[in-house]
Amino acid sequence: MSAVTASRYPAEYESIAPLLPGQNLPWLQQLRSEALQAFSAKGFPSPREEEWRYTNVSGIEKKLFSVPASQADSEVDDWLKAYQLADAWSVVLVNGRFSAELSTLNGLPDGVSILSLADALATQAAQVQSHLGQAVANSEHGFVAFNTAWFSDGLFVHVPPKQVLAKPIQLLHIVTQADALATTRNTIIIDESAQASVVETFVGADNAYLTAAVTEVFVGQNADLTLYKMQSESEKAYHFGGIYIKQERDARFAHHNFAFGGLLARSDIHADLGHASECVLNGLYLGVKRQHIDNHTRINHLKPYGISRETYKGVLDDKARGVFQGRVIVFEDAQKTDSQMNNRNLLLSVDAEVDTKPQLEIYADDVKCGHGVTVGQLDDKSVFYLQSRCIDEETARNMLTFAFANEMVDKISIKSLHDNVLEQVLARFPQQGVDKEWL
Amino acid sequence: MLSIKNLHVSVGDKPILKGINLEIKAGEIHAIMGPNGSGKSTLSHVLSGKSGYTVTEGSVTYQGKDLIEMAPDIRAREGVFLAFQYPVEIPGVSNVYLLKAALNAIRKHHGEPEVDAMDFLTLVKEKVRLLEMDEKFLYRAVNEGFSGGEKKRNEILQMAILEPKLCILDETDSGLDIDALKIVSEGVNSLRSPERSFVMVTHYQRLLDYIKPDYVHVLAHGQIVKSGGPELALELEEKGYSWLEEQVAA
Ligand SMILES: Nc1ncnc2c1ncn2[C@@H]1O[C@H](COP(=O)(O)OP(=O)(O)OP(=O)(O)O)[C@@H](O)[C@H]1O
Ligand SMILES: [Mg+2]
Repeated sequence: MSAVTASRYPAEYESIAPLLPGQNLPWLQQLRSEALQAFSAKGFPSPREEEWRYTNVSGIEKKLFSVPASQADSEVDDWLKAYQLADAWSVVLVNGRFSAELSTLNGLPDGVSILSLADALATQAAQVQSHLGQAVANSEHGFVAFNTAWFSDGLFVHVPPKQVLAKPIQLLHIVTQADALATTRNTIIIDESAQASVVETFVGADNAYLTAAVTEVFVGQNADLTLYKMQSESEKAYHFGGIYIKQERDARFAHHNFAFGGLLARSDIHADLGHASECVLNGLYLGVKRQHIDNHTRINHLKPYGISRETYKGVLDDKARGVFQGRVIVFEDAQKTDSQMNNRNLLLSVDAEVDTKPQLEIYADDVKCGHGVTVGQLDDKSVFYLQSRCIDEETARNMLTFAFANEMVDKISIKSLHDNVLEQVLARFPQQGVDKEWL
Repeated sequence: MLSIKNLHVSVGDKPILKGINLEIKAGEIHAIMGPNGSGKSTLSHVLSGKSGYTVTEGSVTYQGKDLIEMAPDIRAREGVFLAFQYPVEIPGVSNVYLLKAALNAIRKHHGEPEVDAMDFLTLVKEKVRLLEMDEKFLYRAVNEGFSGGEKKRNEILQMAILEPKLCILDETDSGLDIDALKIVSEGVNSLRSPERSFVMVTHYQRLLDYIKPDYVHVLAHGQIVKSGGPELALELEEKGYSWLEEQVAA
């Protein structure tokens, strides 16, 4: 076989492999070796692939991001203070590894598992085995294969049938080391008629680093999961986060995707809907400077009576570039599907750019589907109206931009997370003399 | 308070105002009437600083300062208020949010500290009652989904709270039913003071029954073609504008 690979990373794998969890599990070793092979053959996705044509990830190959030897004595207090949600169970990963001291996991209800994936592999390997790789295949693209081979830890959640969690669960992902590679794999299993909300928070020090996360989500029959993603990575970081969701009959899933950070950030959100299941995908991306923020969603309506609602909003300033690729596929079987997709963009500078590509593919004949896209600037009439009400021009523009973005922030139902995201958005669009109580 | 001298204004190459002269003293109420397209809104916009208009000749002095040189928000903080003929909807920005920001901007401009939260609410609620509005309007997005009459009333609410010195009302009465007209007029009348002046653009004598002007001016083809007292409005109601337009043409 040819020794030429598309990536320089496989050459490192041998030295990294012994550090990875699950050494004693033959099925996992097998899975990892298949993934390594798949990744070695193809490398990271190339812009030649249709689904990656707007996003060039070759920067990841320009320097070698490496797995930190240990999580070391990283100073993370500031991150915890700023981002760890009060009143939530939390799993904290520092540089891709679980920190038991920093995590909050006391008082879990009986039968509920919230722990690190490495611990889950040690204590409930069978449960992990039956889910890992079941929501997404390594063949999906290079990042998934890479993640399967390289993952160092992650979040594992299992909520048993009918259990309704009183508190949200947070995965707080902090990368402190320069040039670090943090590869995390998360598995979230919500059993029949159970209910939970999970927050994934990605932050990091002002360095270049690579976060490569894959989250697999299983929402059981009539179960309900709200998943939030708060991506506030460093402006020098690469972020790839793939979220793959399997929804059983009558399952409800909502995703709120806040993409604010990263030099280059890409999220893939793919949901498979069962009979009469409901999927809500909301997103807000804010780009400044030279940020490149790509959100790629796919909703597969596989069975009848599914409902999907998707709203993504973007605000791009300076030379930032946004990408929205939203695909909704209604399969032959999925009669009575009701689907709406919307992408609205605000460009604040002449150099800002957005590529938006909603795609609807319908193979059933009795469905109700629609989509809409807008790309625009702030309305001069509105700016003048606010100015005529004493508001300086900069505040007026920020007020209007903020209002545009806040529609998505408003949908957050966890108070502490809502306030946290709100602060971040307000900081981006500062306004004089206002009172945020009255938003 | 306001002195407009030989004001010529164009939009692009098109002259719209062609030599307006108008002197408004503190405490006075001036009504401006005139046919559609004569330049009434243009004058209102130019006074409040909307972009897109070029002053090609003449001057506007407000409280001794060159008004044309001032940014729109500075004019507003100095006390110029325009009640829009077509108020703009601002989704996502609530009325109270905007009002607080506006009030604080005025205070900052005058070197005063930010308004106390309790005082602010007391003031706002008092004015809401004055205009017989539902308090719920305060927490709704500015003008979003408001009926035509509600929007006009909301403009006067803002005016009552910001307490400007020069109030320009561009057809605030158009589209109001008689009850709303009464309430809005009472609101305006309650703001009358020796320090405050009003410019009221209107098509209807009806408004002037409630708010009695000191002067009535007729604007036609970008010029003030006639000025007089309140009785001029009655005459216009009877005869229309054509006799004046003919006079100018002649
Ligand atoms: N932005 C613009 N571009 C071109 N023409 C304009 C513009 N704004 C105003 N005009 C023209 O200037 C003239 C005066 O318009 P203006 O809105 O001031 O009239 P008005 O007296 O307020 O009329 P109405 O009673 O209908 O409100 C009209 O002929 C109008 O078409
Ligand atoms: Mg007009």
